Amino acid sequence: MFNKLIMKPLAGLIAGLLFSMGLALSGMTDPRRVLAFLDVAGRWDPTLLVVFGSAVLTTFIGYRLVWRQDGPLLTSRFQLPALTGIDRRLIGGAALFGVGCGMVGYVPGSAMASMGGGYMSVWLMLAFMVLGWCLTRRKPSRP
Amino acid sequence: MISSLFPGLVGGVLIGLAVVWLMSSLGRIAGISDIVAGLFLDSGSRDVYWRMAFVLGLIGGPVILAVLGVNGNLVSGARGLLGSPVTGPSTMAIGGLLIGLGTGIGSGCTSGHGVCGLARLSLRSLVAMAVFLAAAMLTVLAIYHL
Repeated sequence: MFNKLIMKPLAGLIAGLLFSMGLALSGMTDPRRVLAFLDVAGRWDPTLLVVFGSAVLTTFIGYRLVWRQDGPLLTSRFQLPALTGIDRRLIGGAALFGVGCGMVGYVPGSAMASMGGGYMSVWLMLAFMVLGWCLTRRKPSRP
Repeated sequence: MISSLFPGLVGGVLIGLAVVWLMSSLGRIAGISDIVAGLFLDSGSRDVYWRMAFVLGLIGGPVILAVLGVNGNLVSGARGLLGSPVTGPSTMAIGGLLIGLGTGIGSGCTSGHGVCGLARLSLRSLVAMAVFLAAAMLTVLAIYHL
């Protein structure tokens, strides 16, 4: 019970804090920064590539160190996605996501991290994002 | 522009550390869309507590930085931490819906497929990110240059 109500949420809180601080410090919560990277025909801004590259590299190294352990600190095993196939759902979903991101300059992470910024339209966007999730996943993905 | 790269590097490493920490402590992939959607669609799960705490951290991190007077990495070069929306409410709503539908159908967003998936060398995630990027770049091209 202590593990479930205190330790696991504490671990989640720390992860969320680090994640959103990284997003804000790197400039990824500024939609202009994201759009300037996507705008290859305009004044292209490589900042997003640096953010993404350093995040992936840190994760690549960190994951391999972590996976040498017998298991996670607070749960019984590492839970990795079982899906490996490339199908129409994956491609179509990624394409829709890209169009949405190109329209607004936000992704789910940067939108969540921007909730404290005081812009009602960010909350509106998130409400519609949740609606999209509910429309596509009526049932929980895990039993 | 070059001066924006160093904060980008620091922020990226922080994001990576957050992702590695979640794997190390809870054994989980840090997919934002999956974690947040799980709160709404899987609310009976025993994961609900850490997911709620994660979301609290996501919202609270920048609030803490703002209280401390830390500046972000804004394109305008102005002081301040978070950016502001560039589009009106109706575009934000439609964009949000497309992002929700797309990440729901495609099983992940920039954190799950992007950071976690690429670090796991998942071909599935690489394809998802390539398609995402192409669609996003074409959309920006269509909106700002056509």
